[in-house]
Amino acid sequence: MMIDKAKKTSGGDTACYILELQKISKSFGLVQANKNIDLQIEAGTIHGIIGENGAGKSTLMNILYGLHRADSGEMLIDGTKAKIKSSADALSLGIGMVHQHFMLINRFSVLENVMLGSEGGSLLSSGKIATVNKLKELGQTFDMEVDPNALVSDLNVGMRQRVEILKALKGGAKILILDEPTGVLTPQEATQLFDILDKLRANGVTVLLITHKLAEIMAITDNVSIMRGGEMVGHRKTSNTDPQELAELMVGRKVLLNVEKPKAKPKEIALNVNSLGCFSSRGHKVLDDLTFHVKAGEILGIAGVSGNGQTPLMEILSGMRKPDEGYFEILGKKIDRDTKVSPFTMRENSIGHIPEDRHKHGLILGFEAYENMVLGFHNTEMTGGKKLLDKNHMLMHAAERMDEYDIRPRNPKLLASSFSGGNQQKIVVARELYKNPKLLIVGEPTRGVDVGAIEFIHKQLIELRDQGCAIILVSVELDEILGLSDRILVMNKGQEVSTVNGDEANPKDLGLMMAGISQGASN
Amino acid sequence: MMIDFLFQTLWALDATLRVATPLMLCAMAGIFSERSGIVDISLEGKLLSGAFVAATIASLTGSVWLGLMGAICASVMMSLLHGFACITHRGDQVVSGVAINFLASGLTVILGIAIFKRGGQTPTLSSGERFRPIELWFVDALDNVPVIGTIYRELISGHSLLVYVALLCVPIASFILYKSRFGLRLRAVGESPIAVDSAGVSVTWLRYRALIVGGVFCGIAGAYLSISHGANFVREMSAGKGYIALAAVIFGNWRPIRAFWACLMFGFLDAITSRLQDIDLPLIGEVPAQLMSALPYIMTIILLSGFIGRPSPPSAIGVPYKK
Repeated sequence: MMIDKAKKTSGGDTACYILELQKISKSFGLVQANKNIDLQIEAGTIHGIIGENGAGKSTLMNILYGLHRADSGEMLIDGTKAKIKSSADALSLGIGMVHQHFMLINRFSVLENVMLGSEGGSLLSSGKIATVNKLKELGQTFDMEVDPNALVSDLNVGMRQRVEILKALKGGAKILILDEPTGVLTPQEATQLFDILDKLRANGVTVLLITHKLAEIMAITDNVSIMRGGEMVGHRKTSNTDPQELAELMVGRKVLLNVEKPKAKPKEIALNVNSLGCFSSRGHKVLDDLTFHVKAGEILGIAGVSGNGQTPLMEILSGMRKPDEGYFEILGKKIDRDTKVSPFTMRENSIGHIPEDRHKHGLILGFEAYENMVLGFHNTEMTGGKKLLDKNHMLMHAAERMDEYDIRPRNPKLLASSFSGGNQQKIVVARELYKNPKLLIVGEPTRGVDVGAIEFIHKQLIELRDQGCAIILVSVELDEILGLSDRILVMNKGQEVSTVNGDEANPKDLGLMMAGISQGASN
Repeated sequence: MMIDFLFQTLWALDATLRVATPLMLCAMAGIFSERSGIVDISLEGKLLSGAFVAATIASLTGSVWLGLMGAICASVMMSLLHGFACITHRGDQVVSGVAINFLASGLTVILGIAIFKRGGQTPTLSSGERFRPIELWFVDALDNVPVIGTIYRELISGHSLLVYVALLCVPIASFILYKSRFGLRLRAVGESPIAVDSAGVSVTWLRYRALIVGGVFCGIAGAYLSISHGANFVREMSAGKGYIALAAVIFGNWRPIRAFWACLMFGFLDAITSRLQDIDLPLIGEVPAQLMSALPYIMTIILLSGFIGRPSPPSAIGVPYKK
């Protein structure tokens, strides 16, 4: 402490840092989320913070934004010590944050959302005009105009994010923290976001970009800090590093960023979907006349911005929901609206399903790992093959799978909620692949999963394909779709925009198709 | 014939207003509390404790105003208790609300017996110890104007002060909710407390304030029951009005003006109930009194089971806020 102070008063380098963290530590119970974090941010730069899930990035940012309190350590803003006890403190010090899950109120207008917390008086009327003007001014400066009277629920995700950024800027933020901002965006929207960030930087705003996507770090940042296991493991100038080095720092070992994929050898058709359609509970058409097929031994990627029909499609194919129109044939079995189906009968048809939301449909978080390892297979030898569940057999089964899939910690009696995202996903994958399905429906297999586990899961999928399994891969991560798929079907508003071959596809064209613009690309 | 019909209607509307007054106040209390994300099933208990304290203090001191203040204090205390359980300690809001209702139900009777030894009732108040009907201006002057004069005298004028207070509360509640900073934050905290927190506003304090406002409204409603509409406190005198008010909040889709109309509808049902008891209706015959008294509750069930369309409650209602 004494030395730090001495340095500062002697007028060292600290002056040019808009933000400096010194030895920030924070633990939650036994878990040390942040350990002696040092970080220096230069004013007017875009500084990336990269790390796997659970590396402590979000905790650090929440400390910075006053949502958590650090156990120890110092924060300096413009060289002066700052005490941030609440979001209000952070805001008044000029720190704004765009959260991963937007802090917007869907039923409110843009204006009401932007005003919240800084209304400018006990009645709204006076502040309204000022806010509208401020929004207009900011919109013009940074090229992100938004209709102040629009309801947030009517805006698309990209626009909502703009509202969040405007909210922070309106509060006079000099330092803007963006937590995983591109997770929900199309590639085009992400590009637009980066343009906005560029403009922010040009106007002197300092941006802190939290992400686990290497490409984004390389594309936009000036400097990057890498976190692993609650610690800062490195700081780099972006121009002096490359994705491979960053990945290794993140994971702590060598990783393959691109899984090697031999050419597919498709065989007979495993799944044939014919003019499939279905309606939402409100009567909107969420799947519209969808026709495609998947062959054994190939991976069909389904690309699209989330919410464009992928979820109902997966629900229908896995038996969770019935089609309203059309039919599909799985391994020769025809299923339409009158067929009695359930996820159970689908499993009997040799279909595996890795649901896109593992917390909702893949696992019971309050159950122990070994129980989760047999969910949906209670009538098979996985539970001992008797009328009653054989706990010892289930424990053994789970222990074997945990060895096979390197699930850590290797304790079948641990609650599913105690595992990290990657290990939770491995539990689901281990369960669904155990019976060697002929058709595998995979949704967002690597969402919230760390780089090491991504590599593992991708390898598993390729291996399964080469054993002759037909795989449908639904993902909003274009890199994942491009890296794994043999063919790619792009969906928009429940319809097929186009289907392209995996090796002919590129992110730009796919992005346009995801926005609903057909390229006339052929099969 | 025409005049008779006019009087009948006026009489029914007049009774409607009297019966709907505590409903309106409680409904506004419910809206404030629920819009902030706190389920308020304890309206009933707050109403009852307000009624008891108002009658007790008015009887002991002879002052209506002290009675009213006491009612408000008692009801706010109940609100704070509710807040302490489910805001500070993040308890289950329904459980806490039900507990408050039980507490009010038991405590009013026990304290009533301890203080007055009349089996839980309070002594009948003299007219000076109650809010009396007030004549509005120009009643006599307008008497000569046909119809309007009668309507003015019979329906609009001649209610106790608290009826007018209740009527005023509706536009005031609406104004606060939609035009003030407090209202914006209140509506926001019921939709997304984390958004409010991240905007640098205290969720806890905001929700407490909402409950306190609700407590004030319920206290006035309680005082109305025992020292304005009635002349003493009778055990369980709230008789489900808090629950009906909560139903009105839901009918009104958590909006003051709509909830106001729902309160009037319930009040009207209640008012004609006693009127219709002895009358032979064509085809149906004489309707049993019990059925008529149950009508508001039956209507509630029918209407709530889908006749009013999909209600859209505040998104974060019932969920304790935890960082």
